[in-house]
Amino acid sequence: MFDRFHKYASPPYFHAFARRLSPWLFGLSAVLFVVGLVGGLVLAPADYQQGDSFRIIYIHVPSAWLSMFVYMVMASAGAVGLIWKVKMGDIIARACAPLGASFTFLALATGSLWGKPMWGTWWVWDARLTSELILLFLYLGYLALQSAIEDRRAAARAGAVLAIVGVVNIPIIHYSVEWWSTLHQGPTVTKFDTPSIATSMLIPLLAMTLAFKTLFAAVLLVRTRCEILEFEQHTTWVRELTLGAESR
Amino acid sequence: MSAAAAGGSALGAARAVFARDLTRAWRRRSEILQPLVFFAITVYLFPLAIGPSEQTLRVLLPSICWVAVLLSMSLTLPEVFAADHADGSLELLALSPQPLALLALMKAGAHWLTSAAPLLVLGGLLCALFGLDAVTLRALLLGLLLGSPVLSLIGALASALTVGLRGGTLLLALITLPMYIPVLIFGTSAARNAALGLPVEAEMFLLSGLSVLALTLTPWATAAALRARLG
Repeated sequence: MFDRFHKYASPPYFHAFARRLSPWLFGLSAVLFVVGLVGGLVLAPADYQQGDSFRIIYIHVPSAWLSMFVYMVMASAGAVGLIWKVKMGDIIARACAPLGASFTFLALATGSLWGKPMWGTWWVWDARLTSELILLFLYLGYLALQSAIEDRRAAARAGAVLAIVGVVNIPIIHYSVEWWSTLHQGPTVTKFDTPSIATSMLIPLLAMTLAFKTLFAAVLLVRTRCEILEFEQHTTWVRELTLGAESR
Repeated sequence: MSAAAAGGSALGAARAVFARDLTRAWRRRSEILQPLVFFAITVYLFPLAIGPSEQTLRVLLPSICWVAVLLSMSLTLPEVFAADHADGSLELLALSPQPLALLALMKAGAHWLTSAAPLLVLGGLLCALFGLDAVTLRALLLGLLLGSPVLSLIGALASALTVGLRGGTLLLALITLPMYIPVLIFGTSAARNAALGLPVEAEMFLLSGLSVLALTLTPWATAAALRARLG
């Protein structure tokens, strides 16, 4: 069964596969974005308390979910690279990190844009905000480590260890921060705990979530292709590929 | 060195690594003193920045002390593996038949003894000097005692990840400080509870739990990091 997956562990094969798949993913993502944005920004009714401001959740929630999802993808890919010495694992993990950091930043930025009119402040020391900020720092630490090590294989191995340690640490950090903020102040964010969400608001949210996921996958494949070419720049297949493209 | 006398056993190797690090630290005593001076300066900067109100200071002092400990510790972290990497003995350690995780644990232990333990003593002295009451002081010191092993163990891991890199100190702080947050939260909240006359057992148990977790997991991660860095 695994034989079918083994060939994707080969960089030339994955490069071709990514080149074929990513336009489809971009297209699917665009369709989902149109559905989600029209549904969320035009068709969905305004919230009875928050008015139109609630519509930022269509960006905020998908990017917050992705911020954690990408970290898991990065750590799993890193683990695959570290344990089974699969080069594609190293390459995918490296391609994930800037994307994850961007989604985390997007979640924080949209959150504080929403917080200004709703809570009257850009930032509250709420558990979720704080652990999201720490997640951003974990990403930045990973990126800094990656850029400090020049040799790509070595950088990938060290980064994989750091990402796996981060996965163990994230729940600990999350719960300690939650505990800390409940000690500090009462629940300021019960507004988040809306018992249910109207279907007309939920469907665009789901569409946007899928749109973000497919966009992530598509951009990841493009980034992976670049990383493969840089990783393998001294091999003959890359030289044939790039020189062939030049002569054409 | 006493490695030959200790024979080929893993415990003998561990003891030799531990003794070697302590000896080296003792021979470069000024390097132990520098973080202590840094710590004292950091703690003294806060009254100058906040103002001399004793009441405010007494409330903030445990937290200031904790943050200063984190910063001073993160400054000493490159020392865990940098010297061994520079003279090549780190590669010999990695090549030795003894479990590298055990040797990494010994190095983290030696780091704790030479950097965290002196900070504990100095922190206690400074806080007593500033007039912190005995109950809070006890909670602060117990929290530091139980939590600081985590700082050394995670620090050794990050030090292994960045060994031999330029600009390592800043990179190390960037990697370690986010991971120090749980210890900081539980340590400071223990001191705060003690100041309010509340029980501190919960925080102490959590700090001990974190220490045990770090003690059991990080040596392997450190060994993996060293193998990853040394190739």
